[in-house]
Amino acid sequence: MTTHYLVLSALLFVIGGVGVLVRRNAIVVFMCVELMLNACNLAFVTFARQNGNLDGQIIAFFVMIVAAAEVVIGLAIIVTIFRTRRSASVDDVNLLKY
Amino acid sequence: MGETITFWVLAVVSVTAALGLVFSRKAVYSALMLGTVMLSLAVLYAVQDAPFLAAVQIIVYTGAVMMLFLFVLMLVGVDSADSLVETIRGQRFWAIVAGLAFAALLGLGVGNAVLAAPKGLEAVTAKGNVPSLAELIFTRYVFAFEVTSALLITAALGAMVLAHRERTAPKPTQKDLSRARFVEYAEHGRNPAPLPGPGTYARHNAIDMPALLPDGSVSSLSVNRVLARREAAEGTLAPEILAALEAEDRETEERRREKSEEPARHHANGANGSGPNGSSSDGAASNGAAGVGHAAPDDAAAPVEESRATAPEKGEEAE
Amino acid sequence: MEPAKIIEHAGGVIGVSWLLIALPLLGAAVLLLGGRRTDRFGHLLGVATAVASFVVGVLVFLQLLGFDPAERRRVVPLYDFIPGLVDPMGLLIDPLSISFVLLITGVGSLIHIYSIGYMAHDPNRRRFFAYLNLFVAAMLLLVLADNYIGLYVGWEGVGLASYLLIGFWQHKPSAATAAKKAFIVNRVGDFGLAIAIFIIFTTFNTVSFAGVMTSGADASQGSLTAIGLLLLLGACGKSAQLPLQSWLLDAMEGPTPVSALIHAATMVTAGVYLVTRSGAMFFPEGSTAAIAVTIVGVATLLAGAIIGTAKDDIKKALAGSTMSQIGYMMLAAGIGPAGYAFAIAHLITHGFFKADMFLGAGSVMHAMNDEVDMRKYGGLRKVMPITFATFMIGYLAIIGFPLLSGYFTKDGIIESAMEHNATLGWLAVLGAGITGFYMSRLVFMTFFGKKRWEADAHPHESPAVMTWPLIILSAGSIVLGGYLILGNRFMTFLAPAVGLPEHLPSFHPFSVAGLVTLALVAAGAALAWFKYGAGEVPVTAPRGSFLTTFARRDLYGDAINEALFMRPGQWLTRLAVFFDNRGIDGLVNGLAAGIGGTSGRLRRVQTGFVRSYALSIFVGAAILVGAWFVVGNL
Repeated sequence: MTTHYLVLSALLFVIGGVGVLVRRNAIVVFMCVELMLNACNLAFVTFARQNGNLDGQIIAFFVMIVAAAEVVIGLAIIVTIFRTRRSASVDDVNLLKY
Repeated sequence: MGETITFWVLAVVSVTAALGLVFSRKAVYSALMLGTVMLSLAVLYAVQDAPFLAAVQIIVYTGAVMMLFLFVLMLVGVDSADSLVETIRGQRFWAIVAGLAFAALLGLGVGNAVLAAPKGLEAVTAKGNVPSLAELIFTRYVFAFEVTSALLITAALGAMVLAHRERTAPKPTQKDLSRARFVEYAEHGRNPAPLPGPGTYARHNAIDMPALLPDGSVSSLSVNRVLARREAAEGTLAPEILAALEAEDRETEERRREKSEEPARHHANGANGSGPNGSSSDGAASNGAAGVGHAAPDDAAAPVEESRATAPEKGEEAE
Repeated sequence: MEPAKIIEHAGGVIGVSWLLIALPLLGAAVLLLGGRRTDRFGHLLGVATAVASFVVGVLVFLQLLGFDPAERRRVVPLYDFIPGLVDPMGLLIDPLSISFVLLITGVGSLIHIYSIGYMAHDPNRRRFFAYLNLFVAAMLLLVLADNYIGLYVGWEGVGLASYLLIGFWQHKPSAATAAKKAFIVNRVGDFGLAIAIFIIFTTFNTVSFAGVMTSGADASQGSLTAIGLLLLLGACGKSAQLPLQSWLLDAMEGPTPVSALIHAATMVTAGVYLVTRSGAMFFPEGSTAAIAVTIVGVATLLAGAIIGTAKDDIKKALAGSTMSQIGYMMLAAGIGPAGYAFAIAHLITHGFFKADMFLGAGSVMHAMNDEVDMRKYGGLRKVMPITFATFMIGYLAIIGFPLLSGYFTKDGIIESAMEHNATLGWLAVLGAGITGFYMSRLVFMTFFGKKRWEADAHPHESPAVMTWPLIILSAGSIVLGGYLILGNRFMTFLAPAVGLPEHLPSFHPFSVAGLVTLALVAAGAALAWFKYGAGEVPVTAPRGSFLTTFARRDLYGDAINEALFMRPGQWLTRLAVFFDNRGIDGLVNGLAAGIGGTSGRLRRVQTGFVRSYALSIFVGAAILVGAWFVVGNL
C-alpha cells in the first residue's frame, strides 16, 4: 500500500511541477507550488506509518506552517506587483534580464 | 480493504483535480480544484493514522490558505482567465518532457524500493495521536517549533510591509468627490446623480423592469445591461428598452466622435459605480456601439491575462 | 721552457702599481664630472695623468728588472670581492704586461701631447682628453688584470672609450654610424670572450691566470678547444681580424690621435695580448685553436694589405695597413712560444711607427683643412719637412727597410712562420711585398709628385707640440726593433711570462725568405713609383678594374655582412612583428572577442522569464535524481 501512496505523491508532485512551468497566472503558479508541497506531505505521512515513528508527521506539520507563511508573503508580493503593473502574469515581471 | 477503496477513490479524485488545477483556464476553478486535492489528502492523512494532520490540513490549508488564495483572486480579478497560448518557445514541450522524465524517475525509484509491511503507528501512539505528537513537538522539536513562531510573526510583518501603500495625496473629501462628479458632468455629460433604481416609477418592482422617465419613456440608466443582453439573446427584451439602449449607444458614439482627440472614457468609474447596475452598465458601454449581445466579462478580463501580447490595449481595457 | 710561477708581491713601486690605472681614471673622472669648469686646464690635466702613469710604469719596470728572471711574475692583490667564490682581483706585473704598460703609457703620453695641438680649436677638447684618459685607464686594466674577469672589464672599458671617441664628432652622421658599427661588431667578439670566460669558470672553477695555469691538466681537450676558439672570436672582434674586420675602416671617422692611439697602437692589439696571455693553456702549438689563429692572421694580413692598395683616403689606407700588421702579429702569436716574442715586439714597434704615421697623417690633414683624399695632396715634402722626415722613417720601418724597426720584427715573424709552415711563411712574404707597394703609393701620392691641392689649401708645418711627438716616435721606429730582436733580448725578457721555444732563433740577415721579402718590397715600391711617383695622379679616382673595386669596397666585407646578417635580421624582425601583430595579438584579441561573443550570446539565456529558470531547475533536479540512481546502482 505504501507504494501506492508514494506513486500518488509522485504524480501529484509532477503535475504540480508541470503546472508551475506552464501556467502564467502567478496565483495559479502559487497553487501549483502548494500542490507540490502537499504531495511531499503525503509522502512524509506515508513514510511515518511505514517506519513506525511520528517524525514524518511532525515534518509534515512544519511544512504546513512554513507553507502558510510562504503563502502569506507570496500573495503579498503578488498583490504588490499587481498594484504597480496591473498584471498577475509571471512573464510580465521580466525586467531583470540581459 | 476499506483503506484500499478509499485510496483508489481519492487517488482518482485528487489526480483529476490536480490535472484540473493545471489545465483550467479560470483561476477560480483552479482554486476549487486545489481545495479538492487538499480535502482528498486530508482524508488520506486520516486513513494513514494521522488524524491531527488531517485536521490541520483542513483548517490551515483548506480553511486559511485557500481563503487567502480566493481573497487575492478576488482582489486581482475574479474573472481573469489564463490564456493557454504559450509565449515562451519550447517551454510547454520541455516542461512536459521534464515532467514525464521526472515522473518516470520517481516511479522507477519507488518501484525499485523494497518495502517491508508498514510498521504502523500503534506502538508510538499509545497515548493517542495528538498527545504523542504534542510530546514530540514540545520535547525533541521544541526549538524548531519556537523558530516557526518567529517565522510566522516575520511573515505577518512582511505581508504588512509589502501590502502597505503610502498615501501620496491627501484623502479626497466628500467635497472633492462631488466636485469631481460635476467636472465630469461638465466635460463629458456624465450624470452626476446616483443612478435610478429599477422600477422606481413602474408598476412593478422587479429588477428587470426599467425606470420610466416623466414622459413615460425608458431611462437607459436603470437598465441592467447583463440582464438586457441575456433577454435579448432569449428574445424576451421589451422593444422600448431596446430602443432606449440603442438611443443611448448612438448618443455615446456621437459624443465620442465629437471629442475624437480625447477618447470618451469613464474616468470616474467609482463616482457613479455605486448604482445597483453600474458596473456591468459601464462594461457594456465601454465596449462601444455593439453594446447588446456582447460577451462582456470574458472580453474584459482576457486582456489582463494576455497583457504581454496586447500591451497597448491594456491601459484602456483593464480598467 | 715553461712560463714562470706567479708569486704574490707586496711593497715597493709594484705594490702601488694600481696607481697606473687610478691616475688616468682620476683624470677622466675629474674632467667628466667637473664639466666646463675644467675646460681651461683639461688638456693639461689629461696629459699630466698620462705622463704620471708612464713614470709609474717606468719605475715598476725598473723594480721588476731588479728581480731574478724566474721571479718576475708578481701579483698585487687588490680586493677580494666574494671570498671563496670569485678569484680576488689583483694586478699581474710580469714582463708581458709591463711591456704593454710602457707602450700604452709611453705612446699614449706622446699622443696626449700631440692632441693638445691637434685639438686646439675643438670646443670639446676637455671631453676628448677625458675620454682619452678613460681609454688609457681601461687599457691598463685590460693588460694588468690577473684574471679573465678583470681583463673583460678592461676589454669592455676600451670598447666604450673607442665608441665614445669614434663618435666624438657625433654631429657627423657618418661618425655616429661608424661608432655604432664598431660597438655592434665588437659585441659579437665580446660575446665570444664572455662565453669563453663562462666555460673557463665552469671548467677550472677559477678565472685567474695563475689558477687556470695550475689546474689546467684535468680539462678535456674539447672544452680547451672551445675556449680557444671563443677567445679567438673575442680577439678577432677587438683586433679587427677576419671576419670581424669591417668596423676598423669606418672607425677612422674619429679624430686622428684616436686613430693613432686606439685604432693603431694599442686597443686593436688587445687581441694579440689575449692570445699571447692565454697561449700556454689554450693555444698550445699545433692545436686546432692555434691553427685557427694563424689562418685568421694570414687571411687578415693579406686582406688588409689588399684593401690598403686601393684606398685614396689616407687614414683608411693606414687602417688597412693596421689590419695587415695585426694579422702578422696574430700569425706570430698562433705559432707558439717561437712567435710570441716576435708578435709582441712587432706590436711594440708597430705601435711606434704606425702611431708615427697616423700622427703624421694627422699633421698633413691639419695642414690641408682636414682633407683626407690623397689624390688632393702631392708635393708636400717641401712645405712640411719635419712631418715628411718622420713619416718617411715610419714608412721605411713598416716596409721593412733594413736596420729599421720593422725590418727586424717583421722578418722575425716571417722566419718563424717559414719554420712553422712554409705556406704561411710565403703568404706572409707576399703580404710584405704588397705592404711595400701600398705604403710607397701612400707616400708618393702624399709627399711627392705635383701639387694637386684644393684652391684654398695653404699647407704649413705643424706646431712643435705636434712635431715633437713625431720625432720621438720616429726615433723609436728606428732603433727599437734592432734593440729588441738582436741577441734575442726581448725573447729572454718575455720568457718568464710566455715561455721559450726549444731552440732560440738566431738572426740571419741574408736568409732566403729575407732576401725574397726585400726583393718583393723593392718591386712593390718601384711599381708604386712608376704608377704614382713619376706619373700623373688623377684627382678623381679612375674607375679601375674589377680587382680595384673589390679592394675599394673592403673585399665586399660590408656587403657580406649585410647579406648574411643585416637583411635576414631585418626579415626576422619583420617576421617577429608580423607574428606579434597577427599571431600573439590575434590570439589574445581573438580569445577576448571569442569570449565576448560567446558571452553576448550566452547572456540571451537570461530571458528574465521566471518560468524558464524554473524549467532549468526542474530539468537539473531530474538529471540529479537520474544521476543519483545511476551512481547508486553501479
